[in-house]
Amino acid sequence: MTKVTRRTFTAGLGVSAALGSLSLPGKMAFAANGKAAVVIVGGGFGGATAAKYLKRFDSKISVTLVEPSSQFATCPFSNTVIGGINKMDYITHGYQALKAMGVTVVHDLVTHIDGAGKSVKLAKGGSISFDRCIVSPGIDFRWDRIDGLDASTAGTIPHAWKAGPQTVLLRNQLAAMANGGTFIISPPPNPFRCPPGPGERISLVANYFKKHKPKSKIVVLDPKKKFSKQGLFKEGWAKLYPGMIDYHNIDNDGVVRRVDVKAKKLITDFGDYKGDVINFIPAQMAGKIAQSSGLTDSTGWCPVNQMTFESRLVQGVHVIGDASMASPMPKSGFAASTQAKVCAAAVSNLLKGQTPGTPKFVNTCYSLVSEDYGISVAMVYGFDKGKITKIKGSGGLSPSGADAQFRSKEANYARGWYESISRDIWG
Amino acid sequence: MKPNKLPIAIGLITVGLFCAPQSSHAEMASDTVLLNTCYSCHGTDGKSAGDMPTIAGKSKKYIADSLKAFRSGKKTSTVMMRIAKGFNDAELNAIASAFSKQMGRK
Repeated sequence: MTKVTRRTFTAGLGVSAALGSLSLPGKMAFAANGKAAVVIVGGGFGGATAAKYLKRFDSKISVTLVEPSSQFATCPFSNTVIGGINKMDYITHGYQALKAMGVTVVHDLVTHIDGAGKSVKLAKGGSISFDRCIVSPGIDFRWDRIDGLDASTAGTIPHAWKAGPQTVLLRNQLAAMANGGTFIISPPPNPFRCPPGPGERISLVANYFKKHKPKSKIVVLDPKKKFSKQGLFKEGWAKLYPGMIDYHNIDNDGVVRRVDVKAKKLITDFGDYKGDVINFIPAQMAGKIAQSSGLTDSTGWCPVNQMTFESRLVQGVHVIGDASMASPMPKSGFAASTQAKVCAAAVSNLLKGQTPGTPKFVNTCYSLVSEDYGISVAMVYGFDKGKITKIKGSGGLSPSGADAQFRSKEANYARGWYESISRDIWG
Repeated sequence: MKPNKLPIAIGLITVGLFCAPQSSHAEMASDTVLLNTCYSCHGTDGKSAGDMPTIAGKSKKYIADSLKAFRSGKKTSTVMMRIAKGFNDAELNAIASAFSKQMGRK
């Protein structure tokens, strides 16, 4: 369908909806003059996609994106920076394209979202009002769940689970480590951002060690029983990095009880693990602004209507991405972006008094085991009986035992995906 | 406007009715929502920025045949075989039809 056809079609629906909804004057007031205002909190995969697609759906909507950083570093492909394959500029994106589309980009921090008063408060002072708000706050860490660590120790023992300075810190620590050193990584408990992320990080650090520090070892202390794409990762590790990775799961002393930052030691029930470089990824919850604005429940995550992503706790405020409870979808950048498109369509519909359409989502998570060895897991999602549902028979993992050509193709597609999605969002 | 628009629409409706008794699903997602799911890999409006093929402007028949062949396994791939299985005939036809008209969009 061409742009003109869709616009005409949408406009037609808008008129009939407006006529049919005169009983709701408050809701329709702005739709009539075309000045509905949407504030988007957070400029990552979810927020930036929502801003762009709201403008695509209806250029008349006033869209304001509030994001503290003038440039955004993505977690996807940050493992390639940590593994020395790419530099930070490869994973860093700006907001020029969104501004050119008419999105107002405000570089500030939202300190409170007032659902009842329909406005967001800014750290530098002032507030912005909205008819609807889309929040894509990402994750925050549960430092209370680990003895010995807090936000201040991240300068010594990085999490590197929010890309940016933390990515650079971990990269620099690995680059400074002697050949023969030990790298310890402790992945978080479920649920967390990017389930296959730790496996990819282990792989790309092993890839770096193999080339530059072949006597080095990797110890993994994982509090879980199993991890995403486990079979595929282990197949790749056996092939590419035999003997380098010592993996402990919950049944094999993988649970870290305490961290001794000074001694660079992780303490478990049965032993002390000393590392030259330690990457501890803490347990997670929805980003801080979601916590402080009443968008989270007792789990620490945000319950939403899975059709529109409107919060079940605060009316008129939508939550997308890692922070939202969108199960069975994983917490991934791809998922956040596909949710943002569905949410933007729903918000655009709701602002016109229309009923939101049926959602459809796709997620593909690529992981690199090395530069020319890629693996993936995919799923297509529909909507049934008020819930996001996996489409039976779709999706699944890359085949085990595939040949080098297949793995190489998927590595190229991993890069192709990253280039397409980052241009789709920030380009 | 393409002269064959009406027959396509009838085709979609027929498929939709045929499928209806097999599934209790709500109505089909709109063309826009369906296409948006493709852009994350194949680029905005089907114009790829990387290794995935550009779909915009390919013929409706080529896209529909390819998607159905991926779904049945006749055409092999890395991931499209897994993704095409998540869409029914009506959805694949709608995607093919919409992408074949994407060329002019900036």
